[in-house]
This record gives sequence, structure tokens and C-alpha cells, in this order.
Amino acid sequence: MVPDRLPTRLTQDSRTAAGTGPTSGTGGIGESTPRPDGTLKVTGEFAYSSDLWHEDMLWGHTVRSTVAHATLVSIDTAEALAIPGVHAVLTHDDLPAPVTHYGLEIRDTPALATGKVRHHGEPVALVAADHPETARRAAARIRVEYAELPLVTDEDSATAPGAPLVHEHRTDHHSGHVPHPNVVHRQPIVRGDVAAAAARAEVTVTGEYVFGMQDQAFLGPESGLAVPAEDGGVDLYVATQWLHSDLRQIAPVLGLPEEKVRMTLSGVGGAFGGREDLSMQIHACLLALRTGRPVKMVYNRFESFFGHVHRHPARLWYEHGATRDGRLTHMRCRIVLDGGAYASSSPAVVGNAASLSVGPYVVDHVDIEALALYTNNPPCGAMRGFGAVQACFAYEAQMDRLAARLGLDPVEFRRLNAMEQGSVMPTGQRIDSPAPVAELLRRVKARPLPPERQWLTAGEEPDVRALPGGLSNTTHGEGVVRGVGYAVGIKNVGFSEGFDDYSTARVRLDVLGGEPVAVVHTAMAEVGQGGVTVHAQIARTELGVTQVTIVPADTRVGSAGSTSASRQTYVTGGAVKHACEAVRERVLELGRRRFGTYHPAWATAGLLLEDGKVVTDAGEVLAALADVLAGEAVEVERVWRHRPTRPFDRRTGQGDGHVQYSFAAHRAVVEVDTELGLVKVVELAVAQDVGKALNPLSVLGQIHGGSIQGLGVAVMEEILVDPATAKVRNPSFTDYLIPTILDTPTMPADVLELADTHAPYGLRGVGEAPTLSATPAILAAIRDATGLELNRTPVRPEHLTAHLTGTAGAAGTAGTAGNGGCGRTR
Amino acid sequence: MDFLRPVGWEDALAAKAEHPEAVPIAGGTDIMVEINFDQRRPRCLLDLNRVSELYEWSVGPESVALGASVPYAHVMAHLRTELPGLALASHTVASPQIRNRGGVGGNLGTASPAGDAHPALLAAGAEVEVESVRGSRRIPIDAFYTGVKRNALEADELIKTVHIQKADGPQQFSKVGTRNAMVIAVCAFGLALHPTTRTVRTGIGSAAPTPVRAKDAETFLTAVLDEGGFWESRQPLPPSAARQFAALAAGACDPIDDVRGTAGYRRHAVGVMARRQLAWTWERYRADDGRGTRRTAEGAA
Repeated sequence: MVPDRLPTRLTQDSRTAAGTGPTSGTGGIGESTPRPDGTLKVTGEFAYSSDLWHEDMLWGHTVRSTVAHATLVSIDTAEALAIPGVHAVLTHDDLPAPVTHYGLEIRDTPALATGKVRHHGEPVALVAADHPETARRAAARIRVEYAELPLVTDEDSATAPGAPLVHEHRTDHHSGHVPHPNVVHRQPIVRGDVAAAAARAEVTVTGEYVFGMQDQAFLGPESGLAVPAEDGGVDLYVATQWLHSDLRQIAPVLGLPEEKVRMTLSGVGGAFGGREDLSMQIHACLLALRTGRPVKMVYNRFESFFGHVHRHPARLWYEHGATRDGRLTHMRCRIVLDGGAYASSSPAVVGNAASLSVGPYVVDHVDIEALALYTNNPPCGAMRGFGAVQACFAYEAQMDRLAARLGLDPVEFRRLNAMEQGSVMPTGQRIDSPAPVAELLRRVKARPLPPERQWLTAGEEPDVRALPGGLSNTTHGEGVVRGVGYAVGIKNVGFSEGFDDYSTARVRLDVLGGEPVAVVHTAMAEVGQGGVTVHAQIARTELGVTQVTIVPADTRVGSAGSTSASRQTYVTGGAVKHACEAVRERVLELGRRRFGTYHPAWATAGLLLEDGKVVTDAGEVLAALADVLAGEAVEVERVWRHRPTRPFDRRTGQGDGHVQYSFAAHRAVVEVDTELGLVKVVELAVAQDVGKALNPLSVLGQIHGGSIQGLGVAVMEEILVDPATAKVRNPSFTDYLIPTILDTPTMPADVLELADTHAPYGLRGVGEAPTLSATPAILAAIRDATGLELNRTPVRPEHLTAHLTGTAGAAGTAGTAGNGGCGRTR
Repeated sequence: MDFLRPVGWEDALAAKAEHPEAVPIAGGTDIMVEINFDQRRPRCLLDLNRVSELYEWSVGPESVALGASVPYAHVMAHLRTELPGLALASHTVASPQIRNRGGVGGNLGTASPAGDAHPALLAAGAEVEVESVRGSRRIPIDAFYTGVKRNALEADELIKTVHIQKADGPQQFSKVGTRNAMVIAVCAFGLALHPTTRTVRTGIGSAAPTPVRAKDAETFLTAVLDEGGFWESRQPLPPSAARQFAALAAGACDPIDDVRGTAGYRRHAVGVMARRQLAWTWERYRADDGRGTRRTAEGAA
């Protein structure tokens, strides 16, 4: 039985697409083809994973720990099981296989807690019932007895003598080289002679910075449907970022071979890294296999805040030196990321934070250390920007302070030290494709500034919509000061450090109703990034067809890797291109066999597929595709890899660890109500090099969306964790605020296309770079307006007014309320 | 959960008398959130959506009789002249969808200190008309809020109409939130000048266990205006008076530290809003040249 509301095939016809879209043409690469699911999403008709339905299905519910660190003394499920309508209650003891843990990089996460719980909201037990309300009621009747343990909440408490160990018996591949068992992974990078370079520095700036815990805040909560199959396996329909990574983690815990766990991607309502880790996947499968009934699980918003990892909060110490003429001499930094209770992708985040910690600047002498802690705080892992975001916030603040000390314009100072093609990273890697850092900065700076005092109207009343506070009517211009700030960032594209980062694509060319149709099948998770348009565009360009059908992503085809690291267009796009090229070769072979004797060009000319025909490179039509195929379909599956990367040396951090780098620069213009501490971002101008915009509309969407996510963590977005209890204080959209359209500034964007010859079509990953520099640009603008140091993000009204109220808000104390850090110059 | 659906006001009163535990629901913008998040599971809901009387409003010589269910969007569109403070406050309520559903009756029923309407009602002066099968009474707004999310209603009573004094002078409302829409107040302040009675009234939101007036600030300002002959002269107010008014408004707060803001910030922000609103309203009063209240709303675009 197949469940209702499965993802339907997304058939895209470039001709109809062109009619509704912003451009017309063949619908190939470089055109702004509209999303096939765009209208459905806007009108509310798109079927998300939370809309899945199956006859006879049960509803799963998760019981989560109410404390952050405790021994699990007992779990009494009897009362819950006695409730009519309850079909199963599972705890760790019910797990069917010897493998009981999972994890992206380190298998340290129990499917259900055993022995102890390590963070607030950790899954402890599961319920399946015939109604979600019944499941929820039953869950409330499960009695869990906890014996609380001392908490580990920061570096001091994690590495103090006698500190409780979050994981007692580590055997993972990082456990041998970490300085303390509560350190997940540590990556130093040393290059040059820092001591000698520091001695040459004529100006030195040091600073300590704090980055708050950001949430991905995707709108579609974790959800899916597990359907038990007759062969003892299970079919899982789920919203995720990487089907095959899920599969690799799920199957062993279920005690099933991977081929008996068949996964299909359901409608995904955003991801941003938050769906890289498992959430309800194993749980729904366990309940389905136990009850023999389909089981649906949907988190509500509250549970979602506990259902996925967050962006690592960080403390960062930086020292930069420069000569009087504005050349950077050296950089020392130490980045401490809070990984929370489980490793998730912390090791890779550490590698990114370390290797990108110097930013897009040439610094020959560096001494870098980045590490992630195990604590009892909420687990942290992947989020858009992945370790590069936190570093960018800190090094860009340092650049402004250095420029100020040197009496140089902050943009000119950055341009003096900007990387370019051929520059060498702190890891020793030479950048072998365009790195237009100086040009991006020049472009955002060259833009005219938005007019001042836009709230003044012809009438006597100001337009408060143009003021900080907006319609909340807090100022009519009083206390409002404008500030302007700049920032630029560097992000890697693709998986790094020697990871075998490949994608698989299956492409079929067929003739239906006399017309050639390409069918593209990958396991790529479409999470909103626009891969579904890009794949169709590539197929049209490569195969000369108009009709392309994108088959729903599932595990019947090989892995497409993760929809993260700005990699899908590059890697799965590369695989689709590669497979299309193979299809074309087969088609041309067929053509030569069938028609080769009719025309010499079949043997001598370069041949292309265009407009449903085989044509020579001189434009002569040789045959229609329908005639060449003559009822035969051509199907090819290909795996494609980007150039290999290398691990970073454990001691020196040297190694060609990344495959490609991506750059964006922002200029933020803010208006700050300096008395109330309210900020309006008036404009957020951006320039980014994308190599080649396969779909310019999607590219712009990524740049705008990334910029706004950076704005969010500049002025409002933060998960607040009580340091005394390690409990989350604001798990709701009432108190975890994300920007609305009224908080969204105008965002003029300058998109450069400087080809990276190593990448398909010369493209460069787009999705993450704009998230990096938006935040420090806004902070710089607020500093410009207020003259305050502001070494913490997000910045809140009480931070901006602490000097007026005489409270500790901005005094440099640690913790969620403080302005953290005590940046100082010497 | 029982769901009672009275078709008229008398039916609703009878239902409430029979089921005093029933929770009234109109726009549902508070109750449904609590139900969806499983924070509250009333045994019985009393649906007031069919009670057409609650959607009526009328403008009398002294006051506006505002039905409990009249949505905020309606106040914004139609009562800007009569109720400028409440119209400004309505602008800050959540999103357009919520403003189309929610009404002042719900704010009063929930009696959260963060309800956006309260400071405007306190500043304008209002009476809450409540009724039960036993009869009807009017509760002065000053006596309505009795504790954190508690009000003066008896178990069998329903809110029918809010009688809000028509503006006889300039009014203002401001709300501090950390984003520009869909935000619960960190704190809020409302001010109304009442030239007819030579008084001023204020309202503070989200900075004390209940919505409160800054009575010392009102007394101070009333005295300054009176003793200085400012009502008649329409001269600019001395900055020292504005500062003192702001300090007294801040002093009327009894705030807490929570995830939305610190107590210290709330006190500070209420003071800033009070000082600014005094300037805005007094400028407007001065511009009125003695011919009475202007007929336009303040502030909002």
C-alpha cells in the first residue's frame, strides 16, 4: 500500500515554465527558470512531510528528558501501556539490534537514552497510539526517575580537574589526540614564524568575541512516515538532507540490511543544516516494526527546538598585528565551539573554523587553535556557514579595529590584505581559482548610500515604518543615528579533509508521444535550494530536450551526498551533467549505427543535441532524436566526484583540505535608536562571486536568504540556555525571533561570474557565503552608529543601552545576558 | 472537551452560568495557541463567534462602546479619531491575520501584562461592561487587572463591551519589541492628555505583574501643567518636567528579568517612551491652537 500525498513527479516543461517565469528561452543553464513547486508552496498546496497520511497509521510520540544531565534510574511504562489506544511503548531496552547508537561522524548518540541523559530534551522513550492526543497523554504517564549529575556547560567546567565526563569511554578516532575527553576534536594550524612576525608588528589588536547559539528555524518541523513492509523491512518517507547518510545510520539500529530500509524524500520545509542529523527516523521505524502498522511522527514547534542540532555557540580570542602601512604581520587565534552533548558534525566544524579562521586575507604567520567541547548543553552541529560564520564575526571585528588603530579606511585596509587567486591559505593550500575579495569590497562600497532620514514625509507625521521600532512607534527620529559597516568572508564549498564527496545521477532519454523526454533521478534532497530546477536545466542544455522529469529522490539510486556545504549544484549537478554526457554519447552511437552511412558529418563533425535533434557544430540537422532512439530508451547511471581533498595534519593543520572557496562581501547601513537600543537595518548590499549562475533567480534567492539569516543572528536570533540548568529557555517562535519581512532591508546584490575552471560550468557554491559576512557587517554598522565595542552577537537592546542604565548588560561578562568578551586594544 | 456554541448573548450568558468552568473563545488567538501547545486543556470551550452583539460598536457623545470581539483591524480602520491610542496599539498586535481575528475582549479576558491594548485603555480611561444571568456591571479599567493573568470577572460573567472614553486630546502608544512585527512586548507605554479635565493618564505594559498606570508621573505632570498654566498658554514644557515625568514613569515599573529583556532595560525603556510621548502629545496639543482636538490619529503611517 502506498501512502497518500507522496511527492509527485515534478515534470518541468521549459515552454510552459518560460510562459510564467521571468525569462523565456530553452530553459537551459543560465536562465531563471521558476521552481516547479513554487506556486504550490505559495498557495499552501505543497505536500510537506508533515502532510503524509496512511490508512491505519499510528502516531508516534517522543518522551524527552526534563533535565540536562542525570543517571536514568528507572522508566516505568506500565501506566502508559494500559491506556486504550496505545500500541507500543519503547525504551532503550527494546532496541532490536546490537547497534544502539548512531552519529554523523562519531557513533555516540543513543537511539534512546541508556544509563544516563546528557542534555535537556534527549529522547528517552517512544509511544505509538491510534491518535496523537492519546500518544501525548500516554507519554505524560511514563514515569522516568532521574538522579541528577553535575553539569558541564563551558570550557572551564568541561576541563576542570575532576570534571564529569560527558562520554566516559571514548574510542572514536579523535579520542587519541584531544587534550581532554570533553574535547570532541581539536585542530591546530601553525604556519610561518609568528613570534618573529609579531615582533615586527607596529600595531597589535587583541579581542575576545562571543557568538550566540543560532537555530536553523526551518519552518517545516521534523516529520515522516514509516511503513512496515511484507519482507520485514520498512519504507520510510521523510524530510531530510541526505537520504543515504540517514540510511547508513538507521539500518544498523533496526538490525536490518540497508536494502530493507527504503527511503523516499518527502516535502522538505527548509533545512539549513538542521536535517543532517537524524531526528524521528529511527524512532518511527522502530515503532512501525514493533506494531506492524504505519507510524507517523510530527514534532511540534516546541519539540523541534529539541529535535535538531543548532549552530555552535563560540568564544573566540584573536590577536592581529600589522605594520603602519597596513599590512597584516601575523594572527593568533583560539576558537572554542560548544558542541553540546553529542558530536554530530563538530569535528568537521572544527576543521572549518580552524582553516577559515584567518578570513579572506593573506597572513603568512599564523598560530591557530580550534576545538569543540562536549558539554551538557544542547547538541550543536551543522548550520549554514558551518564554523566559518563564527570566525568571520570575530576576524571582521578585528579588521575594523586594526583599521581604526592605523587610521585607515576599513575597506581599503581589507583590500590591502585581501586574498586573490594564487594566495596561500594558512593550511598551505594555494587558491587556484578566482578570489575577487578586493573587487567584491570595492563593489559594495561603490554603491550610493540610501538616502538619510527616509522617515521624513511631506506631512507632519513621520513614517515610522522607516524608523527603528517600525509601527511599534517608539521613535519619531529621536536618538536615531545611522551607521555603516563592511565585512567580507570566505567559505569552503563541498565536503573537505579527504572525504570522498561524490554524487550519483541516473539519466534516461526516452521518446514519449513523439517527443524526447529526459528523466533525471538522483537522491538529492531538495530542501528549497533549487536543485530541481538546476537538474532540469542541465538536462535541457546537455540533451537538447525541453521536457524533463525529475524523479522523486529515494534510495533506489546511489547517494547524492548531502544538501549542504553549498555543494549540490557543484557535485550532484556535476553528476547529472556527467550522466547526460554519457547519455549523449550513447545516443550519438545509436545515431551513427542507424544513420551514419547517410551523412558523412556523423563521423567527421562535432555533434550536439539541440531542440530535439542531432545537429552538427555548424548547425546542420542530421536527425530527430525520436528517429535516432526509435523506441529505444537510453539510460545511464554515473557517479561523479570533485577533485580530492586531503586531511589537515593533526599538529600543523597543513594540507589541501578544501576543494573550492566562496566569497561574499556586505555593506550594512543601519539606523540605531541609541536610547532604546533598537536597530533597523536599512540596507544590506551584497556582492558575491558565483562562478556561473546556473539559475540566476535561485542564486539571488540564496544570496538574499543567506543575508537575512546573517541579519537574524546579528540582532535577534539566539537560543538561550540557562547556565545553571543547561535547559533551553526559549523553545518557541514567540521567544526565538527570526526576521519578518518588516525586518528585511533592501538588499541590492551584485553577482559576479568568474569561472572556476575546475568546476562544472565554472560554477561556485552559493548558499553559505552570504550568511557569513552579513552578521559582522551589521555589527560593524551598529558600532559605527553607537561607538560601542559590541563583542557579542546577537546584540540586544539591553547591550546597546547598558551604558545608559548602568546595568551589567554590556560590561563584558560572559553568559547569555552579557555583552560577552572584553575586546581591548593595546 | 465540550464545545458550547450559543447563538446569541442571552444563550451565551446561560451557558456560562451553567458551565462556569467554560473558557470563552472568540478570535482564539490566545486560547488556540495554548491548546495547540498542550499548555492548557479546558474541559469546556464557550464559542462566542456566533454572538453577533459582540462584534458591534457605536460612538456616543463621551465614549465608544466597543464590542468585545470587534477585531483590532477594525479599530485601526474605523476608530483612529475617537481612539487614537488604541488604534496605535492595534497596529502593533501580531500580524494582519491575528488583527483580523483578535479583539480587545480577548486581551482583557487573558489579562496578560503583555497585552497590547491595556496601556491604551488605561491611558484613555475605560470601563469594562460585564454581564451574567445575574445582571450587568461596569468595572473601571483601573480595577480590572487583579494579578498576573487575572481579572475582576466572576466565574459566570462574560465581557460584553468596553466603554472607552473618546479622545479629548492627543494620545500616544509605543511598544518595544526586538523585531518589527509579530513580537510580544518587552514593554509598552501609553499616554493620553485630557484637556477637558486638565488631567493626563498613562498605561504601562509588560513591566509589572499587571498592566498599571504611572500614577505618580500623572500626578506630577497634572500639577506642572496646572500650576504653570500650560493648558491655557500652550507653551513648551520645561525639559526638567519631561525628565521628571520619565523618571516617575520608569519608577512605576515593577519588572522582571526574562528571556525577552531585563528589568533594568524595561524601566529604562518605559522612561524613554514616556519622555518622547510627552513631547509628541504636547507638540500636538500646542499645534491645536485651542480649537479643540484634531481629528487625525497620531504617529502611525
